[in-house]
Amino acid sequence: MGRRTPLYDVHVALGARMVDFAGWDMPLSYDGPADEHRAVREHCGIFDVSHMGEIELRGPDAAAVCQELTVNDVRRLEIGDGQYTLLCNERGGVIDDLIVFRTGPERYLLVVNAASTEKDLAWIIARAGRRAEVVDRSAELALLALQGPDSELALRTLTSLMLNGLRPFAAVEGRVAGVPALVSRTGYTGEDGFELLVAASDARTAWDPVLDATRRRDGRAAGLAARDTLRLEAGLPLCGTDMDESTTPLEAGLGWVVKLDKGPFIGREALAMEASRGVPRRLVGLALDEPGIPRHGYPVWNDGTVVGTVTSGTRSPTLGTFVGLAYVTSGVSAPGTVVQIEIRGRRVPARIVARPFYRRVRREG
Amino acid sequence: MEFPDDLHYTKEHEWLRLEGNDGLIGITDFAQDALGDVVFVELPAVGATLTQGQTFGVVESNKTVSDLFAPVTGRVTAVNHVLRDEPERVNRDPYGEGWMIRIVVNKREEVDGLLDASGYRAFVATEQAK
Repeated sequence: MGRRTPLYDVHVALGARMVDFAGWDMPLSYDGPADEHRAVREHCGIFDVSHMGEIELRGPDAAAVCQELTVNDVRRLEIGDGQYTLLCNERGGVIDDLIVFRTGPERYLLVVNAASTEKDLAWIIARAGRRAEVVDRSAELALLALQGPDSELALRTLTSLMLNGLRPFAAVEGRVAGVPALVSRTGYTGEDGFELLVAASDARTAWDPVLDATRRRDGRAAGLAARDTLRLEAGLPLCGTDMDESTTPLEAGLGWVVKLDKGPFIGREALAMEASRGVPRRLVGLALDEPGIPRHGYPVWNDGTVVGTVTSGTRSPTLGTFVGLAYVTSGVSAPGTVVQIEIRGRRVPARIVARPFYRRVRREG
Repeated sequence: MEFPDDLHYTKEHEWLRLEGNDGLIGITDFAQDALGDVVFVELPAVGATLTQGQTFGVVESNKTVSDLFAPVTGRVTAVNHVLRDEPERVNRDPYGEGWMIRIVVNKREEVDGLLDASGYRAFVATEQAK
């Protein structure tokens, strides 16, 4: 038996197919990932992502420690701001990607991947030394992700917070369905949406009304399968799958996150070197010309030689086409380049395409 | 879990429905449930020849990739192309709109060697007990 979020019983009661994910028993899908995917693209969907980790840094030097550990620039953060960032090792390899919120003058909350929470914590404690208080809040917090174009309309019925003024990556504290929450305009689906950080003991109290509000907007509960196809269509890399300690943010197309000029941080020298020399390989989008699912580890061919490796792939529910992500040598990384994906011994024709595969249509007003 | 009485079954969890000399082939309710949500089905072209026990395609779920095995020998006369865009039909209706291929059955005697519904039900019970 794996670890369970505070909402495990809710998922089982909803008839979810449960699956092991990084040691957690998580809902893969409730009524079928295709419908859940579509609900998030067209209306909204609610995900339990309480398996994700939350690590807080506190103290007068918390900002300095955060600045040293992460590649983005935390000095840009006012209280209530969040930013996408990465933990890298000295070689510039990606330990994890995360969102850091500044929750107080001397408080930073890092929301990290479930699979790497323990590794991150050990790394942060080793690096922070005694300069900051490092608190693992993963067990005491639950995280709900409400995603989709109607998320604001759904959430508005449950809170007096001014959601329309909440910018992307900003966070605000307030009550949702009577429960104290940190509400941020963040997500992992390529849609507008919110993430609600609540006490684990309040998870159930928050979930039920949020699910009701979601359903009133023709939305539904959504599981990890839909989450994966949504993020992949949006071209968002998954840490541990599309990047790891052997790949760098520059190779993954996340150079915009890395602030080489912000001052010293772990991995800076290696990344600065790679930036000046040029990256040897790039994470690119793949569009297959024939049906087939490119899977992690499948070779990518060009002109009779292997030029890279697939990291993720799926049939895009929105586009109806077969897409993937792969690292290929920089020389063949330009959009339009013809490649072949080796799927069970057969080379399936494909093209390199720009990410994302899907871009949301912004609604007016 | 449903195992219709009018079907013939394999231990690899395919079903065969005889319609005159034709046979309709798909995977069982047990198979779709064990696979999880099906995201892709790779099927042979019309005109291809199947040999009993040989692979004729692949079914992929978001958990795994599995071969499809021919219940009997025959020639493919139709393929359920709808599965390309709606592979979830295999989960939703494995014996109906989730059918995979239609063949002309060459060796009728091969059908006699397949499991009937009660035999397959018993086989599944032993598989689940493992």
